[in-house]
Amino acid sequence: MGQLRFTKDHEWVLVEGNTATVGITTYAQGQLGDIVFVEVPAAGKDLKAGSEAAVVESVKAASDVYAPITGAVTEGNALLPDAPETVNTDPQGAGWFFKMTIANPAEVEALMDQAAYDKYLAEIG
Amino acid sequence: MTKPTTTSGNIGLQIEQALIFELNTSGSTAVDLPAAPKVRTRLGNLKNDKPIGLPGLSEPEVVRHYTRLSQKNYSIDTGFYPLGSCTMKHNPRLNEKMARLPGLADIHPFQPESTAQGAYELIDTLAHWLKTLTGMPAVAMSPAAGAHGELCGLMCIRAAHEANGQGARKTILVPESAHGTNPATAALCGYQVESVPATADGHVDVAALKAKLGPTVAAVMITNPNTCGLFETECIAIADAVHAAGAYFYMDGANFNALVGRVRIADLGVDAMHINLHKTFSTPHGGGGPGAGPTVLSKALADYAPVPFVVHDGKKFMVEEHAGFGAAAKSYGRMKGFQGQFGVFVRALSYILAMGADGLRQASGDAVLNANYLRARLSAELTPAFKGICMHEVVFDDEWLKGTGVTTLDVAKALIDEGFHPMTMYFPLVVHGALLMEPTETESKSTLDQFIASLLALARKAKQGDQAEWFKGAPYLAPRRRLDETRAARKPILRWQPVEAAAPVAKQAAE
Amino acid sequence: MRYLPLSDDNRRDMLAAIGVNTVDDLFADIPAAAKAKAKFDLPNSASEIEVERTLSALAAKNLNASQAPSFLGAGNYRHHTPASLDYIIQRGEFLTAYTPYQPEISQGTLQAIYEFQTQVALITGMEVANASMYDGATACAEAAAMACRVTKRTKVLVSGGVHPNYRDVTATSLKFMDLSAECLSPDPMGVEDLLGRVGSDIACVIVQTPGFFGHLNDFSALADAVHAAGALLVVCVPEPVSLGLLKSPGAMGADIVVGDGQSIATPTMFGGPGVGLFATREKYLRQMPGRIAGETVDEDGRRGWVLTLSTREQHIRREKATSNICTNSGLIALAFSVHMTLLGEVGFRKLAELNHAHAGLLADGLEQIKGVKILPSAFFNEFAVQVPKPAAEIVEALAKRNILGGIPVSRFYPTYPELQNILLLTATEMNTAGDIAALVGALKEVLQ
Repeated sequence: MGQLRFTKDHEWVLVEGNTATVGITTYAQGQLGDIVFVEVPAAGKDLKAGSEAAVVESVKAASDVYAPITGAVTEGNALLPDAPETVNTDPQGAGWFFKMTIANPAEVEALMDQAAYDKYLAEIG
Repeated sequence: MTKPTTTSGNIGLQIEQALIFELNTSGSTAVDLPAAPKVRTRLGNLKNDKPIGLPGLSEPEVVRHYTRLSQKNYSIDTGFYPLGSCTMKHNPRLNEKMARLPGLADIHPFQPESTAQGAYELIDTLAHWLKTLTGMPAVAMSPAAGAHGELCGLMCIRAAHEANGQGARKTILVPESAHGTNPATAALCGYQVESVPATADGHVDVAALKAKLGPTVAAVMITNPNTCGLFETECIAIADAVHAAGAYFYMDGANFNALVGRVRIADLGVDAMHINLHKTFSTPHGGGGPGAGPTVLSKALADYAPVPFVVHDGKKFMVEEHAGFGAAAKSYGRMKGFQGQFGVFVRALSYILAMGADGLRQASGDAVLNANYLRARLSAELTPAFKGICMHEVVFDDEWLKGTGVTTLDVAKALIDEGFHPMTMYFPLVVHGALLMEPTETESKSTLDQFIASLLALARKAKQGDQAEWFKGAPYLAPRRRLDETRAARKPILRWQPVEAAAPVAKQAAE
Repeated sequence: MRYLPLSDDNRRDMLAAIGVNTVDDLFADIPAAAKAKAKFDLPNSASEIEVERTLSALAAKNLNASQAPSFLGAGNYRHHTPASLDYIIQRGEFLTAYTPYQPEISQGTLQAIYEFQTQVALITGMEVANASMYDGATACAEAAAMACRVTKRTKVLVSGGVHPNYRDVTATSLKFMDLSAECLSPDPMGVEDLLGRVGSDIACVIVQTPGFFGHLNDFSALADAVHAAGALLVVCVPEPVSLGLLKSPGAMGADIVVGDGQSIATPTMFGGPGVGLFATREKYLRQMPGRIAGETVDEDGRRGWVLTLSTREQHIRREKATSNICTNSGLIALAFSVHMTLLGEVGFRKLAELNHAHAGLLADGLEQIKGVKILPSAFFNEFAVQVPKPAAEIVEALAKRNILGGIPVSRFYPTYPELQNILLLTATEMNTAGDIAALVGALKEVLQ
């Protein structure tokens, strides 16, 4: 099991070796409601921390998913375009959005850990 | 509560109706055309001999089909639409009758000017009313709807800035409470949007707006009265600050119906404003359109107006159809085919002439009176989002629903069973769980009283605390219960397909 | 005032319930200085009889096509309106309904939109269609912008055979989006070389069938070239009656088809409102502008329709929306759909055949006049003719003889002297053999 981190935009980042897997949190999918469409980036796309990386839509809302860190996409989750509901049923597992390289490990360090994220959720409550 | 079951699936006058494609009798048609004269075919090699796949129905079947469909619709002819910001007022049938006069319906946009003087005069007469009611010197008549009018105004603004060497201005300030069309329009006009917060009392935060003004701001777009149903009392101060900063003031005229005959837009410092003829001036919404969005312009912007526009040379009317020539020398171009939404112009003028200056002033008075009456009476159970008098619409938040498990959406759907169209929900975004209601001037006091009684009863029911489940199931009595929008969006079915062709869509179309 | 139900007693009671004395008190938030200037030199209310007189007087100043043989087209066509069509669209439940955002009480409009989308997809040969745009010209501009989004390119190429209003609206719209449209010179002879201009920098090529000057072209080879360059082919169809007889743009390889349904939906109405048709391939669905209705079920499992894929639209996506369109052309789309349903496959084809036959009759007549040359070798119901005098003069002279005898191309292209002697003529099922004989006879006189 790698290291799990979170952003204030309710994305999770699982770091395993040189690769980060990115998705949206259980809280985020709950806020969006039934997810009907997901667009994931293609492998090879270069992302800067904070740039738009993916799109997630429910019936009445559309949100951008931002790159939590800088790096290059190595894989988009091919399951999601055909089965977007996976983001609702297993947001922090099979509902991952994309995997990417880690250009700057310090960016990962700056993200929240589980305890900090739980505290953040309680604050915005 | 469940509906009674019948073999046909019909329930009394609510009759189920298949798709026209499912009613097909091959070879049937409801139109008998005369025989074609025998002449040589001159289609080159472009003639299509393959079937298109259109269904064939007889005339009685077609008439019954659409009559049944119509009976599944709510409409302003049926009942009350308290839809905030949408201005669902009575659509006089006189307008329809006038639009069908052969001299106004059976004329062509490119027939010689000498044979269409009445049409140009009609456009000019409507333009005169709109200019006089707003005090503005010019109006671009061709925009097709409100959002199109917004685009017209911003295009004029951008053209003016570029002509004045101010092309570096790339930002439009838009309040958080704005209609979604405002930021979408700004983006289409090549502008970045910067959001301006609202104050707790529902107005534009003037201090925050002033702080954002500067050499990169092209314009501000403000809806007035705003989407909280409040007049922007600082409007003139905002206009002065905007002009002092070298920017223009675009006013979204969606709510102009509250101001007609009461104040002239020009006296508020406005540079451009669109007018929704299908809201303020009673032309029908038609289940989504068409509308028209004539856009009044200040002197600073008038020269940049789009073609076509009507001019009068002292003897006759003429139309300027080409940007870059004559009176249109500085025009930014064209945004609509032909001569604009002429059929909508006819209807709007028919209404305006019927109402007259006195009737239009009375209409805005009654609209604001009706909205305040709703506010006063509904406040017995609901929580108004803002204190005090409102203009033509009133917004409540969902504070009164706290702890009931019932949402704004549930209340709205329960209203359907009471025979009313829901109010606008969850808009403006700055009000939590907003219920935005606009009664318009064409509703009687007895209709409002009936609506108030229904809504207050629903509110008391919601507050019982154990009714959430009942509310979630509403409506129970409409032609359909709540529809599965998630399913519609996840696996879109956007057209009928013959059963044997089924999915994927691509296959059939490619054949 | 007959449209205002409140009585003075009502107003008094309501003001009391609100707790103010006068209606004017409700306008207290408007600055007094601004209100004081609100004086209007405009007439007061008028009876129904008076309004009818005023508007009838304006109508009487126009020469309408029921009074004079009319051969006008150029994107706005006069066809027959079946009696039941106008009856259906005047039913209050259609005419006075709002946009169907509350599907439980809008199934009539929604089902009609779904049927409309299917009809548009079928006749254009495309996979999906939206619920309508304002008109053909704005639909064309939306198609150009969509092609730029899909290809992430910034320039479109517009054929000289595309309607000049469509060209102008597209060029204007793109300019403000910081994109560009290269509009080729008007092409009355139908000789322009588009294939040679397709490069990898363009987002789309925009062509028209039947062409503005009447030419019929098979765009299949162009489609192949455009696709090879990674671009899209946009085909405009300002006269959709032609699709009853001609190979569809979809069959030629079009990626987006736009058009104006006016010709099937409404009287000419001085050019508006029309209804923009917009159809495309399913793979581009999420880049398509405008509303879309889709099928689903309600809580009781019964089939129904809703507006769907709304996250593309302005009320959700705001500045990132595919378009700012909100109000569209709903009622005109309904009129289009009702007429198409009345016609059916058989009627649609017959209507198209009748149009082509009448245009053939007109062509036969014109070909007997010395100095008059029909430019397209193949056409549908409209064609450009070369005449020996400035066409604008001819049209004025014909109008004096009570004939609306075509449109001078110079009205659209005043800066092209070489187009001065070109006249655009249309014949539909509404033009009788007598009308055609009258035009041919009058034209002979005028040219003498």
